[in-house]
Amino acid sequence: MSILSIVSLRKSFVSPEGPRHIIVDIPEFSLSAGQQVALRGESGSGKTTFLNLIAGILAPDSGGILIDGRNMAALSEPARDRLRATSLGYIFQTFNLLQGFTVLENVELGMAFGPSGIDRARASSLLAHVGLSTKLHHRPRQLSTGQQQRVAVARALANKPRLVLADEPTGNLDRKHACEAISLISDTCREAGAALLLVSHDEEVLAQFEETRDFAAINRCLSAAGGAS
Amino acid sequence: MTLPLIVYRSLRQHALSTLVTAASIALACGLLLTVWMVKVQTQRAFVDTTTAFDAVLGARGSKLQLVLNAIFHLEASPGNVSNADYQAIKRHPAVKTAIPIAVGDNYFGWRIIGTIPELFTDVEYTRGRNYAVEPGGRLFDPEKHEAVVGSFVAQKLALKVGDTFKPYHGLNFNPNEQHPDVYTIVGILAPTNTPADRVIWIPIEGVQTMTGHDPAAATDVSAVLVQLRAPTAGMMLDIRYNRQGNRLTFAYPVGTVIADLFNKIGWLDQVLALVAYLVALVAGASVLASIYASMDARRRDIAILRSLGARRRMVFGTIIAEAAVIGLLGAVAGVAVYAGLFGGVAGVIRAQTGVVLDVTHWHPVLVLCPLGMIALGALGGVVPAWKAYRTPVAENLTPSS
Repeated sequence: MSILSIVSLRKSFVSPEGPRHIIVDIPEFSLSAGQQVALRGESGSGKTTFLNLIAGILAPDSGGILIDGRNMAALSEPARDRLRATSLGYIFQTFNLLQGFTVLENVELGMAFGPSGIDRARASSLLAHVGLSTKLHHRPRQLSTGQQQRVAVARALANKPRLVLADEPTGNLDRKHACEAISLISDTCREAGAALLLVSHDEEVLAQFEETRDFAAINRCLSAAGGAS
Repeated sequence: MTLPLIVYRSLRQHALSTLVTAASIALACGLLLTVWMVKVQTQRAFVDTTTAFDAVLGARGSKLQLVLNAIFHLEASPGNVSNADYQAIKRHPAVKTAIPIAVGDNYFGWRIIGTIPELFTDVEYTRGRNYAVEPGGRLFDPEKHEAVVGSFVAQKLALKVGDTFKPYHGLNFNPNEQHPDVYTIVGILAPTNTPADRVIWIPIEGVQTMTGHDPAAATDVSAVLVQLRAPTAGMMLDIRYNRQGNRLTFAYPVGTVIADLFNKIGWLDQVLALVAYLVALVAGASVLASIYASMDARRRDIAILRSLGARRRMVFGTIIAEAAVIGLLGAVAGVAVYAGLFGGVAGVIRAQTGVVLDVTHWHPVLVLCPLGMIALGALGGVVPAWKAYRTPVAENLTPSS
């Protein structure tokens, strides 16, 4: 059963020079429940836009994005916010932790907008699972980059999402920590039963996944241009 | 839980600007409360002080000067009233009580007023309250050189029963003009929170016959404080003294004379209120400016919250709540500022007039003004909240890949 199903998805932006450019043109893409896929793509190829469309942060020009049977593309913005809060986890390259909040509060905020609200015990348990049980009340800036990424992973899984999106999650990590982070993300998603869609341009990261695809192969505007833009 | 946590963390993150902005609101709140309450309470206190007597009879001159001199013990006496005129109004069938007073001496700048013991035994200084002498003391004997001292003077000059003093001539203290007459303090008045607390009271004959005073005026009085049997009598006496006569002034009703004074200085209240409103306006603008200035730094945090599922209206509400909390902090501190400012102003008014203002006296403005400051703070948050509402999420999350 598909947890994510994309049909005829198009997104364009008006460039500063004036003309409108199509960034994403994906006829079809799907992800089964629990499936883990790594998308290979160069910087500037529209991978982040693609993930933001799936997350409902951006609205598409046309097409459908079915998440767990609900069409994200057809929902109002508040409904997209709610679907994102209930069904999706998002791990960013820059972690995007809130610096004014503690590690524990960052994870709690990942639950705050979902259906069940904040569950401190679960937040603590998730942080213990990623090896941060002694850092609950630290501020993000007091952690190493690898530890910050772990917080981001815990936060992404805080709401028991069906699908986790990871955008260049190792972009700010060194090689050793990058491999550890991918293993952590992959293992944690698998244990939580969440599907994982990860985008990266790092071949060593991509090599850790059984299933990889070229973003250029699924994004028609890139394949028409002959590869990454 | 989420919204209070976000507001709390945001306020802590911007602690300095939060404190400065709250301080400006506190100042505005304190000023507004002080201006308002001093105005309200001063009028109330002055009117209460005048309730003891219906009218004052004095020499021809300004009614206001007469009332200020005879009841508030301010200003100079406009002149003397002959004993015959005093006896005439005392015997008038419409007059319930007539209390003569004589002024003209001081003790280290505190006024010495001559009167009769009936002022303390027959007259309520305000509704339902009679004068009382502190335990261990008594009223002066009108036949002797004895004095009863107002509580404020006793405190300031550390006077006690049994002490003696020699008065000084005139209303202002001049060490070269001391009378040889010696007076013994036989009582300290219990506090009345009226101008009577700022006076040293002696028998009226004491002032009239003080060594060095004009013997020709030995039976004159400075003014007569009058209680009437009926208000209509006041109109009749007003016509008799003010329109038909030309030697005396009959200040009636006393409350109206004081109300005229407040009307005359009403512009001062308006100027102070205008200043306070302007300060409030600036305080509201400072909320707007401080939060708006921090919006650039907050855009990423807002985008992160949105990416976690926070709705636009929640982000809007967070900023409004933050601004309102700044207003609340300012309002609470403003009440403290008010207490301090009001205490200072009340101290000056008491020292100058003897009228006591009560900082704890209830008035709806004590709640309405702080609530207004909270609303003003929230209003100041609307523009930055709108900016937060419009923050594009994707642009502020991550560099695109």
